[in-house]
Amino acid sequence: MRGSIFFIVIAVCIILGILLLLRSRRLKEKYAALWVIVGVISIVLAAWPGLLNWAARLVGVQVASNLLFTLAILLLLGVCLHLSLEVSSQEDKIRRLAEEAAIARQKLEQLDDERG
Amino acid sequence: MKTLVITPAWNEAEAIAATLGEIISANPGVDVLVVDDGSTDATADIAEAAGAIVLRLPFNLGVGGAMRAGYEFARRYDYDQAIQVDADGQHAASDIPLVLSGLADADICLGARFAGKGEYSVHGPRRWAMSLLAAIVSRMAGTKLTDITSGFRAANRKAIAQYCRHYPAEYLGDTVDSLVMAIRSGCSVTQVPVEMLARRAGQASHNPFKSTILLGRTMFALLVALTRRRVSEKDGA
Repeated sequence: MRGSIFFIVIAVCIILGILLLLRSRRLKEKYAALWVIVGVISIVLAAWPGLLNWAARLVGVQVASNLLFTLAILLLLGVCLHLSLEVSSQEDKIRRLAEEAAIARQKLEQLDDERG
Repeated sequence: MKTLVITPAWNEAEAIAATLGEIISANPGVDVLVVDDGSTDATADIAEAAGAIVLRLPFNLGVGGAMRAGYEFARRYDYDQAIQVDADGQHAASDIPLVLSGLADADICLGARFAGKGEYSVHGPRRWAMSLLAAIVSRMAGTKLTDITSGFRAANRKAIAQYCRHYPAEYLGDTVDSLVMAIRSGCSVTQVPVEMLARRAGQASHNPFKSTILLGRTMFALLVALTRRRVSEKDGA
Protein backbone atom coordinates (compact mmCIF):
# COMPACT_ATOMS: atom_id res chain seq x y z
CA MET A 1 0.00 0.00 0.00
CA ARG A 2 2.80 2.37 0.89
CA GLY A 3 4.29 1.66 -2.54
CA SER A 4 1.16 2.72 -4.39
CA ILE A 5 0.85 5.95 -2.39
CA PHE A 6 4.44 6.77 -3.30
CA PHE A 7 3.71 6.26 -7.00
CA ILE A 8 0.42 8.15 -6.88
CA VAL A 9 2.29 11.11 -5.37
CA ILE A 10 4.89 10.96 -8.15
CA ALA A 11 2.21 10.76 -10.87
CA VAL A 12 0.24 13.65 -9.38
CA CYS A 13 3.43 15.73 -9.21
CA ILE A 14 4.11 15.02 -12.90
CA ILE A 15 0.60 16.12 -13.91
CA LEU A 16 0.80 19.24 -11.75
CA GLY A 17 4.19 20.09 -13.22
CA ILE A 18 2.80 19.78 -16.76
CA LEU A 19 -0.22 21.92 -15.92
CA LEU A 20 2.10 24.58 -14.48
CA LEU A 21 4.19 24.56 -17.64
CA LEU A 22 1.01 24.86 -19.70
CA ARG A 23 -0.25 27.73 -17.59
CA SER A 24 2.97 29.68 -18.03
CA ARG A 25 2.78 28.92 -21.77
CA ARG A 26 6.18 27.32 -21.81
CA LEU A 27 4.64 24.11 -23.14
CA LYS A 28 2.15 23.90 -26.02
CA GLU A 29 -1.02 21.83 -25.60
CA LYS A 30 -0.15 19.59 -28.52
CA TYR A 31 2.89 18.32 -26.62
CA ALA A 32 1.23 18.41 -23.21
CA ALA A 33 -1.61 16.03 -24.09
CA LEU A 34 0.73 13.07 -24.35
CA TRP A 35 2.33 13.77 -20.98
CA VAL A 36 -0.98 14.29 -19.24
CA ILE A 37 -2.13 10.92 -20.60
CA VAL A 38 1.06 9.32 -19.27
CA GLY A 39 0.44 10.89 -15.87
CA VAL A 40 -3.16 9.69 -15.75
CA ILE A 41 -2.16 6.14 -16.70
CA SER A 42 0.46 6.09 -13.96
CA ILE A 43 -2.12 7.25 -11.38
CA VAL A 44 -4.56 4.56 -12.48
CA LEU A 45 -1.89 1.86 -12.37
CA ALA A 46 -0.62 3.03 -8.98
CA ALA A 47 -4.12 3.14 -7.48
CA TRP A 48 -5.17 -0.27 -8.82
CA PRO A 49 -2.03 -2.44 -9.02
CA GLY A 50 -4.19 -5.45 -9.90
CA LEU A 51 -4.92 -3.84 -13.25
CA LEU A 52 -1.33 -4.29 -14.39
CA ASN A 53 -1.32 -7.97 -13.44
CA TRP A 54 -4.56 -8.50 -15.30
CA ALA A 55 -3.22 -6.77 -18.41
CA ALA A 56 0.00 -8.80 -18.25
CA ARG A 57 -1.95 -12.06 -18.09
CA LEU A 58 -4.11 -10.87 -20.98
CA VAL A 59 -1.16 -10.39 -23.38
CA GLY A 60 0.80 -13.33 -21.97
CA VAL A 61 3.63 -11.49 -20.19
CA GLN A 62 4.77 -13.49 -17.14
CA VAL A 63 6.25 -10.68 -15.02
CA ALA A 64 3.86 -7.75 -14.86
CA SER A 65 6.60 -5.14 -14.42
CA ASN A 66 8.13 -6.22 -17.75
CA LEU A 67 4.93 -5.20 -19.48
CA LEU A 68 5.20 -1.83 -17.82
CA PHE A 69 8.84 -1.42 -18.89
CA THR A 70 8.10 -2.47 -22.45
CA LEU A 71 5.23 -0.02 -22.74
CA ALA A 72 7.34 2.74 -21.20
CA ILE A 73 10.20 2.13 -23.66
CA LEU A 74 7.81 2.12 -26.63
CA LEU A 75 6.25 5.33 -25.42
CA LEU A 76 9.63 7.03 -25.02
CA LEU A 77 10.68 5.85 -28.50
CA GLY A 78 7.49 7.33 -29.85
CA VAL A 79 8.13 10.63 -28.11
CA CYS A 80 11.71 10.77 -29.45
CA LEU A 81 10.49 10.10 -32.97
CA HIS A 82 7.84 12.76 -32.64
CA LEU A 83 10.45 15.29 -31.47
CA SER A 84 12.77 14.36 -34.37
CA LEU A 85 9.90 14.95 -36.78
CA GLU A 86 9.19 18.30 -35.19
CA VAL A 87 12.86 19.29 -35.38
CA SER A 88 13.00 18.32 -39.06
CA SER A 89 9.97 20.41 -39.87
CA GLN A 90 11.31 23.32 -37.81
CA GLU A 91 14.61 23.11 -39.69
CA ASP A 92 12.74 23.25 -42.96
CA LYS A 93 10.75 26.28 -41.89
CA ILE A 94 13.87 28.05 -40.60
CA ARG A 95 15.59 27.38 -43.92
CA ARG A 96 12.70 28.88 -45.83
CA LEU A 97 12.76 31.92 -43.57
CA ALA A 98 16.49 32.29 -44.16
CA GLU A 99 15.87 32.23 -47.93
CA GLU A 100 13.14 34.82 -47.61
CA ALA A 101 15.27 37.01 -45.34
CA ALA A 102 18.15 36.89 -47.82
CA ILE A 103 15.94 37.74 -50.80
CA ALA A 104 14.24 40.55 -48.88
CA ARG A 105 17.55 41.97 -47.72
CA GLN A 106 18.92 41.98 -51.25
CA LYS A 107 15.83 43.84 -52.47
CA LEU A 108 16.06 46.33 -49.64
CA GLU A 109 19.71 47.11 -50.31
CA GLN A 110 18.97 47.48 -54.01
CA LEU A 111 16.17 49.96 -53.27
CA ASP A 112 18.44 51.84 -50.86
CA ASP A 113 21.11 52.11 -53.54
CA GLU A 114 18.62 53.39 -56.09
CA ARG A 115 17.46 56.09 -53.71
CA GLY A 116 21.07 57.12 -53.21
CA MET B 1 16.11 35.27 -72.59
CA LYS B 2 16.71 36.28 -68.99
CA THR B 3 19.55 34.17 -67.67
CA LEU B 4 20.81 33.82 -64.10
CA VAL B 5 24.12 32.33 -63.05
CA ILE B 6 23.82 31.00 -59.50
CA THR B 7 27.05 30.65 -57.55
CA PRO B 8 26.82 29.30 -54.03
CA ALA B 9 29.78 30.52 -51.96
CA TRP B 10 30.89 29.74 -48.46
CA ASN B 11 34.11 31.45 -47.33
CA GLU B 12 35.42 31.75 -50.87
CA ALA B 13 36.96 35.22 -50.49
CA GLU B 14 40.21 34.09 -52.12
CA ALA B 15 38.67 32.69 -55.27
CA ILE B 16 35.38 34.49 -55.79
CA ALA B 17 36.62 37.70 -57.43
CA ALA B 18 38.54 35.91 -60.17
CA THR B 19 35.72 33.41 -60.78
CA LEU B 20 33.11 36.16 -61.05
CA GLY B 21 35.38 38.21 -63.28
CA GLU B 22 35.64 35.31 -65.71
CA ILE B 23 31.92 34.55 -65.63
CA ILE B 24 30.92 38.16 -66.25
CA SER B 25 33.44 38.81 -69.00
CA ALA B 26 32.65 35.51 -70.75
CA ASN B 27 28.87 36.01 -70.50
CA PRO B 28 27.86 39.65 -70.96
CA GLY B 29 24.17 40.35 -70.42
CA VAL B 30 23.78 37.58 -67.89
CA ASP B 31 22.91 38.26 -64.25
CA VAL B 32 25.22 36.65 -61.74
CA LEU B 33 23.79 35.77 -58.34
CA VAL B 34 26.14 34.84 -55.51
CA VAL B 35 24.43 33.07 -52.65
CA ASP B 36 26.64 33.79 -49.66
CA ASP B 37 26.01 30.84 -47.39
CA GLY B 38 26.74 32.50 -44.07
CA SER B 39 30.41 33.21 -44.81
CA THR B 40 32.53 34.59 -42.00
CA ASP B 41 34.97 36.26 -44.39
CA ALA B 42 34.46 39.04 -46.94
CA THR B 43 32.98 36.81 -49.66
CA ALA B 44 29.73 38.77 -49.95
CA ASP B 45 31.40 42.21 -50.13
CA ILE B 46 33.94 41.03 -52.68
CA ALA B 47 31.18 39.49 -54.80
CA GLU B 48 29.17 42.69 -54.65
CA ALA B 49 32.19 44.76 -55.66
CA ALA B 50 32.74 42.38 -58.58
CA GLY B 51 29.28 43.23 -59.90
CA ALA B 52 27.22 40.26 -58.74
CA ILE B 53 23.83 40.32 -57.07
CA VAL B 54 24.39 38.94 -53.58
CA LEU B 55 21.98 36.98 -51.41
CA ARG B 56 23.30 36.92 -47.87
CA LEU B 57 21.93 33.95 -45.98
CA PRO B 58 21.83 34.75 -42.26
CA PHE B 59 23.56 31.48 -41.38
CA ASN B 60 25.10 28.50 -43.11
CA LEU B 61 22.50 26.31 -44.82
CA GLY B 62 24.79 24.03 -46.82
CA VAL B 63 25.14 23.86 -50.60
CA GLY B 64 21.64 22.45 -51.07
CA GLY B 65 20.04 25.24 -49.04
CA ALA B 66 22.06 27.88 -50.87
CA MET B 67 21.03 26.47 -54.24
CA ARG B 68 17.40 26.43 -53.23
CA ALA B 69 17.62 30.08 -52.26
CA GLY B 70 19.17 30.77 -55.67
CA TYR B 71 16.40 28.98 -57.57
CA GLU B 72 13.79 30.71 -55.44
CA PHE B 73 15.35 34.03 -56.49
CA ALA B 74 15.28 32.93 -60.15
CA ARG B 75 11.63 32.01 -59.89
CA ARG B 76 10.63 35.17 -58.07
CA TYR B 77 12.32 37.48 -60.55
CA ASP B 78 11.06 35.48 -63.49
CA TYR B 79 14.27 34.24 -65.09
CA ASP B 80 13.91 32.04 -68.16
CA GLN B 81 16.90 29.91 -67.30
CA ALA B 82 19.38 29.46 -64.49
CA ILE B 83 22.74 27.76 -64.31
CA GLN B 84 24.69 26.86 -61.21
CA VAL B 85 28.45 27.34 -61.23
CA ASP B 86 30.93 26.65 -58.42
CA ALA B 87 32.63 29.63 -56.81
CA ASP B 88 36.04 27.99 -56.60
CA GLY B 89 36.67 28.22 -60.32
CA GLN B 90 36.37 24.49 -61.06
CA HIS B 91 33.84 25.12 -63.77
CA ALA B 92 35.11 26.90 -66.87
CA ALA B 93 33.21 30.17 -67.36
CA SER B 94 33.58 29.73 -71.11
CA ASP B 95 31.55 26.49 -70.92
CA ILE B 96 28.47 28.28 -69.55
CA PRO B 97 26.89 29.01 -72.97
CA LEU B 98 27.54 25.38 -73.91
CA VAL B 99 25.72 24.00 -70.88
CA LEU B 100 22.89 26.51 -71.41
CA SER B 101 22.59 25.44 -75.04
CA GLY B 102 21.63 21.95 -73.83
CA LEU B 103 18.34 23.45 -72.60
CA ALA B 104 17.23 23.62 -76.23
CA ASP B 105 16.11 20.01 -76.01
CA ALA B 106 15.77 19.27 -72.28
CA ASP B 107 14.63 20.88 -69.03
CA ILE B 108 17.91 20.23 -67.22
CA CYS B 109 21.37 20.13 -68.74
CA LEU B 110 24.36 18.76 -66.84
CA GLY B 111 27.94 19.76 -67.52
CA ALA B 112 29.56 16.33 -67.42
CA ARG B 113 33.17 15.95 -66.37
CA PHE B 114 33.82 12.46 -67.69
CA ALA B 115 32.44 12.80 -71.16
CA GLY B 116 35.80 12.94 -72.89
CA LYS B 117 36.75 16.57 -72.46
CA GLY B 118 39.35 17.76 -69.96
CA GLU B 119 41.50 15.65 -67.67
CA TYR B 120 39.37 15.18 -64.58
CA SER B 121 39.23 11.56 -63.48
CA VAL B 122 38.75 9.42 -60.41
CA HIS B 123 39.73 5.80 -59.85
CA GLY B 124 38.93 2.71 -57.82
CA PRO B 125 35.74 2.11 -55.84
CA ARG B 126 34.75 5.74 -56.10
CA ARG B 127 34.74 5.45 -59.88
CA TRP B 128 32.68 2.24 -59.79
CA ALA B 129 30.15 3.72 -57.41
CA MET B 130 29.82 6.84 -59.54
CA SER B 131 29.31 4.72 -62.68
CA LEU B 132 26.68 2.67 -60.88
CA LEU B 133 24.85 5.83 -59.77
CA ALA B 134 25.10 7.22 -63.28
CA ALA B 135 23.75 3.98 -64.77
CA ILE B 136 20.72 3.93 -62.47
CA VAL B 137 19.84 7.56 -63.08
CA SER B 138 20.50 7.23 -66.84
CA ARG B 139 17.95 4.44 -66.99
CA MET B 140 15.41 6.61 -65.23
CA ALA B 141 16.10 9.59 -67.44
CA GLY B 142 16.03 7.48 -70.59
CA THR B 143 19.27 9.06 -71.79
CA LYS B 144 22.92 8.38 -71.13
CA LEU B 145 24.30 10.46 -68.29
CA THR B 146 27.89 9.98 -67.18
CA ASP B 147 28.27 12.48 -64.35
CA ILE B 148 25.18 12.90 -62.24
CA THR B 149 26.97 14.45 -59.25
CA SER B 150 28.02 17.41 -61.37
CA GLY B 151 27.26 20.74 -59.76
CA PHE B 152 27.53 22.46 -63.14
CA ARG B 153 23.96 22.34 -64.40
CA ALA B 154 21.42 24.50 -66.16
CA ALA B 155 17.66 24.58 -65.65
CA ASN B 156 14.79 26.08 -67.61
CA ARG B 157 11.58 27.53 -66.12
CA LYS B 158 9.99 24.15 -65.57
CA ALA B 159 13.06 22.78 -63.79
CA ILE B 160 13.47 25.96 -61.72
CA ALA B 161 9.92 25.61 -60.45
CA GLN B 162 10.53 21.93 -59.71
CA TYR B 163 13.74 22.74 -57.81
CA CYS B 164 11.85 25.29 -55.73
CA ARG B 165 9.35 22.63 -54.76
CA HIS B 166 11.93 20.01 -54.05
CA TYR B 167 15.57 20.82 -53.58
CA PRO B 168 17.01 18.81 -50.71
CA ALA B 169 19.09 20.82 -48.29
CA GLU B 170 21.39 17.98 -47.30
CA TYR B 171 24.85 18.04 -48.71
CA LEU B 172 25.45 15.85 -51.74
CA GLY B 173 22.00 14.55 -51.36
CA ASP B 174 21.51 17.76 -53.25
CA THR B 175 23.00 16.83 -56.61
CA VAL B 176 21.64 13.31 -57.01
CA ASP B 177 18.41 13.66 -55.06
CA SER B 178 17.33 16.84 -56.82
CA LEU B 179 18.05 15.26 -60.19
CA VAL B 180 16.08 12.10 -59.41
CA MET B 181 13.12 14.09 -58.12
CA ALA B 182 13.19 16.32 -61.18
CA ILE B 183 13.17 13.30 -63.49
CA ARG B 184 10.31 11.70 -61.60
CA SER B 185 8.36 14.92 -61.85
CA GLY B 186 8.64 14.82 -65.60
CA CYS B 187 11.67 16.99 -66.32
CA SER B 188 13.89 15.78 -69.14
CA VAL B 189 17.67 15.73 -68.68
CA THR B 190 20.60 15.91 -71.05
CA GLN B 191 24.33 16.46 -70.69
CA VAL B 192 27.18 18.17 -72.48
CA PRO B 193 30.88 17.45 -71.93
CA VAL B 194 32.74 20.17 -70.03
CA GLU B 195 36.24 20.76 -68.85
CA MET B 196 37.11 20.56 -65.19
CA LEU B 197 39.69 23.05 -63.95
CA ALA B 198 41.82 22.93 -60.83
CA ARG B 199 40.30 24.59 -57.78
CA ARG B 200 41.47 28.13 -57.36
CA ALA B 201 41.63 28.00 -53.56
CA GLY B 202 41.04 25.49 -50.84
CA GLN B 203 41.39 21.74 -50.98
CA ALA B 204 39.16 19.27 -52.75
CA SER B 205 38.06 16.33 -50.65
CA HIS B 206 40.77 13.83 -51.53
CA ASN B 207 40.51 12.09 -48.18
CA PRO B 208 39.45 8.58 -49.24
CA PHE B 209 37.58 7.95 -46.00
CA LYS B 210 35.53 11.14 -46.37
CA SER B 211 34.75 10.54 -50.01
CA THR B 212 33.60 7.00 -49.20
CA ILE B 213 31.22 8.32 -46.57
CA LEU B 214 30.04 10.93 -49.05
CA LEU B 215 29.36 8.26 -51.64
CA GLY B 216 27.51 6.15 -49.10
CA ARG B 217 25.30 9.10 -48.29
CA THR B 218 24.74 9.74 -51.97
CA MET B 219 23.72 6.12 -52.51
CA PHE B 220 21.37 6.35 -49.57
CA ALA B 221 19.90 9.61 -50.87
CA LEU B 222 19.32 7.95 -54.24
CA LEU B 223 17.61 4.94 -52.69
CA VAL B 224 15.34 7.15 -50.63
CA ALA B 225 14.59 9.37 -53.61
CA LEU B 226 13.65 6.32 -55.67
CA THR B 227 11.01 5.28 -53.18
CA ARG B 228 9.57 8.76 -52.76
CA ARG B 229 6.20 9.72 -54.12
CA ARG B 230 6.52 11.87 -57.21
CA VAL B 231 5.93 15.55 -56.70
CA SER B 232 3.04 16.75 -58.76
CA GLU B 233 2.55 20.30 -60.00
CA LYS B 234 -0.21 20.85 -57.51
CA ASP B 235 1.83 20.20 -54.38
CA GLY B 236 3.04 23.46 -52.92
CA ALA B 237 6.51 23.75 -51.46
